[in-house]
Amino acid sequence: MHELAITESVVRSVEGHCGGRRVDEVTLVIGRLSGVVADSVRFCFDLCTQGTCVEGARLEIIDAPGRAHCRTCDTDVELPDLIALCPCGSADLDITSGQDLRIETVEVFTAEDAEAES
Amino acid sequence: MCATCGCDGDGGTRVTDPAHPDRVEPGHEHAHAHDGHRHAHADGHTHVEGDGHDHSDGHTHDHSSHDHDHDHAHGDGHSHEPAHGSGTASDRQSPPGPGQHSHAVGDDRTHQEGLAVEQRGETPRTAGAAATPATETLTLEQEVLAQNDLGAARNRGWFEGRDILAVNLMSSPGSGKTTLLERTIADLAGRREMAVIEGDQETLFDADRIRATGAKVVQINTGSGCHLDADMLARGLRVLEPNAGSIVLIENVGNLVCPALFDLGEAAKVVIMSVTEGADKPLKYPHMFRAADLVVLNKVDLLPYVDFDVDRCIADARRLNPDVEVLPLSATKGDGLDAWYDWLGAHDG
Repeated sequence: MHELAITESVVRSVEGHCGGRRVDEVTLVIGRLSGVVADSVRFCFDLCTQGTCVEGARLEIIDAPGRAHCRTCDTDVELPDLIALCPCGSADLDITSGQDLRIETVEVFTAEDAEAES
Repeated sequence: MCATCGCDGDGGTRVTDPAHPDRVEPGHEHAHAHDGHRHAHADGHTHVEGDGHDHSDGHTHDHSSHDHDHDHAHGDGHSHEPAHGSGTASDRQSPPGPGQHSHAVGDDRTHQEGLAVEQRGETPRTAGAAATPATETLTLEQEVLAQNDLGAARNRGWFEGRDILAVNLMSSPGSGKTTLLERTIADLAGRREMAVIEGDQETLFDADRIRATGAKVVQINTGSGCHLDADMLARGLRVLEPNAGSIVLIENVGNLVCPALFDLGEAAKVVIMSVTEGADKPLKYPHMFRAADLVVLNKVDLLPYVDFDVDRCIADARRLNPDVEVLPLSATKGDGLDAWYDWLGAHDG
């Protein structure tokens, strides 16, 4: 359910940056360890964008795999989920990637096109 | 959630001082455009709002089938109260906030419409356009939760400036959060002033229980929301007005999933789980247990009656969060509470 609040936050941020111009595409990075389900964000996106300059925009989601540094054996390992262990058996992992939850880019229509469309 | 515009969270959130339950600080306000929507009236005629329609003189029509607090003009110069036409008494049970309204029968622009996923396929920019419109890429690289984190930082500064220890208590429903708070307030009475923010989707039940202890308390009802966020807490604090030097205990919405993601500006996050829930909770809800500064294992007085492996539970919690402290206790019987009070004392000041 928190994906709804997350998606609203995305839409508000995008609105704040696009200066009223219509948005063509929003690109998000959602890490596998972020606790946010990409499909749920997709589901909420259409709902949250209604009546905003983001309405009708495409949503691109980049998946960021989980990685961690093992403090026990001092190696970098893939981390498919938060409960995975290092192959050495240690749980003492410093997560280095995969917790991302970020708006990467926003594609907006240039001002002339926005005027032409309206 | 307001299904007309898709807004959520703040829109349905209410902050209530249980001492004055009639004074509800509602959610945010927003304007709804309703131009051109139709109301069907009991007498069968339909008119489009804002189109300057005429009524023949002297006729009456019944608005009792719907409920709205916006104004609309009539061409014949008569006017009527915009907040008219309440339906049944049950429609009025919860006071709507500004901008909230409900339409019932006969409104062909019902709120259901907002829930429908609209067609996204062909928009004016592609329909019939020969050339692809020029676009420009804005690089944001902005954290999605930046807005919440900013609010949390504001709250954190607010607490620090008043020498207040704020603790965010999270758990599944029924783990004993409110019981632990009642007991803590009673046991530390005279030693440390406490104030409580209660978060629940609905009801003032928990706030009433805390109020009975004599502590200051404010209830935040999140409506459809599944967690407290930094802004809701800030609004709650404005009503709570905790005294400088006190402890503010924040009882989050009972949920082991969503509250883990939202920093409120607290000094520490405490996850409470009870032995009746099963020892598998840490691995089932890893985000929550990873975020915890302390895990309270409640209802240990029931251990003889349930199949719960304390060692496994602690080992699993530490698999996610190697340094996390775990305090087994019973809020009803009192076992282990001294360690909890020591923990609070150690985080104080």
